[in-house]
Amino acid sequence: MQRFFGNKNFAVGFVLSAIVIIVALVSLMWTPYDGNKMSARERLQGPSISHPLGTDQYGRDTLSRVMVGAVNSIIVGLVTVAIGLSAGVLLGLAAAYYGRLVDESIMRFSDLLFGFPAVLSAILITSILGPSVINAMLAIGIFYIPIFARLTRAVAQTIWQREFIAAARACGVSEWAITWRHVLPNILSPLLIQGTIQFAVAILAEAGLSYLGLGTQPPTASWGRMLNEAQTFMSMAPWMAIFPGLAIAWAVLGFNLLGDGLRDTLDPKMVRAR
Amino acid sequence: MDNRLLDIKDLAVHFHLPEGIARAVDGVNFHLDAGETIGLVGESGCGKSVTALSILGLIPSPPGRIESGRIIFNGQDLLHLNGEGLRKIRGRDIAMIFQEPMTSLNPVLSIGRQVAEPLMVHQGLGKSAAFDQAVRWLDRVRIPAAAKRLNDYPHQLSGGMRQRVMIAMAMVCGPQLLIADEPTTALDVTIQAQILSLMNRLKEELKMSMLLITHDLGVVAQMAARVVVMYAGQVIETADVTDIFDRPFHPYTRGLLKSMPRTAGRATSRSGRLSEITGTVPPLTDVIAGCKFADRCAHAFELCRHHPPKLLPIGQGHNARCWLKEHPEHRRQDHG
Repeated sequence: MQRFFGNKNFAVGFVLSAIVIIVALVSLMWTPYDGNKMSARERLQGPSISHPLGTDQYGRDTLSRVMVGAVNSIIVGLVTVAIGLSAGVLLGLAAAYYGRLVDESIMRFSDLLFGFPAVLSAILITSILGPSVINAMLAIGIFYIPIFARLTRAVAQTIWQREFIAAARACGVSEWAITWRHVLPNILSPLLIQGTIQFAVAILAEAGLSYLGLGTQPPTASWGRMLNEAQTFMSMAPWMAIFPGLAIAWAVLGFNLLGDGLRDTLDPKMVRAR
Repeated sequence: MDNRLLDIKDLAVHFHLPEGIARAVDGVNFHLDAGETIGLVGESGCGKSVTALSILGLIPSPPGRIESGRIIFNGQDLLHLNGEGLRKIRGRDIAMIFQEPMTSLNPVLSIGRQVAEPLMVHQGLGKSAAFDQAVRWLDRVRIPAAAKRLNDYPHQLSGGMRQRVMIAMAMVCGPQLLIADEPTTALDVTIQAQILSLMNRLKEELKMSMLLITHDLGVVAQMAARVVVMYAGQVIETADVTDIFDRPFHPYTRGLLKSMPRTAGRATSRSGRLSEITGTVPPLTDVIAGCKFADRCAHAFELCRHHPPKLLPIGQGHNARCWLKEHPEHRRQDHG
């Protein structure tokens, strides 16, 4: 633990992301107001005691909506990383193990997915499948597959060359068991690092898609969606844009720093130097 | 013949590399009786490890390929077994210890887990039963406070301790044959002696046979009953350990012995300096018409360069692959 918190990136990232997660958890049980409850009398109010972050054009409490938006962002992060990680790790392990034609086809398929700009392709997918948060997560998740596949393949290839793999074989461990019990545990830390960083990217991507109206649909609170709605009232009610914007920046920064910090502390060279 | 455990016949293993075909093992014959320890000796790159790996069917393929030969273990040709059949033999009937204890243990798994694994694989033991046995084995290889050490990771152990863990891992299933590939090369001398005596003791207790691969004749003298000397993928001399030390025949074997420091008894050479075998092992991709050692041999004559010698008996249980057998007049006395 000392090792982790001695790292500034990790410490700051951990605190920032922990706050996002705590806020999301709290919002599941309690928010100052119902985030979706409209109130014509309280439209476009600036920050005040009763509404610390102001209200939007329907009189909904911005603080409550930012809190609920955190849940949305975290779910998007989790689901997209889960999609990318599960499919990517399977493909990467297969590519590293079988090599040759299997490796070649998986990696060329990855190149193909990689070739498209991710956000553009996500826009394409969501406009084909129809705008919804599920489709947005699917689109982002699909573009995570090659990222995790390449990482898994690269690290797994080096692990397969290691002597302890030969030692495991000499003990009669099957190739399948070696893959899961010897190779996979050795690649968990790079996967964890990459996963954390992709989590941050997913939050940003979902915000982008929702801002364009292709992600989370109203009335569900989403930071990107809130920015979109704030646009019209920029000059009258700037708080409507500032607070969701800050929330996005906060969460993305937090998870990115967490990933960087993990990378610094889990670096194999540093582990060995302990 | 009754108690013959392992019989390797005309084994040839080639590696198909971009530079050409490397004949890593080129017609190797030797056998191992139950309860016997033999030392497989030779310089780096002479095919010792490849021979060992082919017994277990662990030759990386491609580029490696077993071209011909038979490896008969307990009357069964291992080369005719499929992957699954071989896997069942590995770790259960034949186990292997590797050279580098630093890299042969998985860094992210606890040592208890790694010692328990062969038991779970071969005997279908559950986790707790396997761990119980693992503790007993860690204790048996003299790891202090074995029960506490069970959850340690390899990086928390010294080199000697890790090699003990490797030994425990190899022996948990009570194999009939232990292949030890340079088991002490990476360790310092005091630890070497401890590890060797541990291996000897366990070998006696388990009534195992051992194939000990090494380039260290001192280790051979301490452990083996019989010695197989390899050079460039071929067996060039086999004999009882006393014959190898007292009556070495092949110039290469003699060279190896003379390059070995001795503290007592015979002087190493007139000047008291250690001698070396000049030159290096020829690239395995080279096609050599005559004796593979001819280029480095002080006694080589015309015949050696054009015709490969055969492995022929020169005494009781003593064979050598050298033309000096038929043409002793070519042996130059100043070169031993």
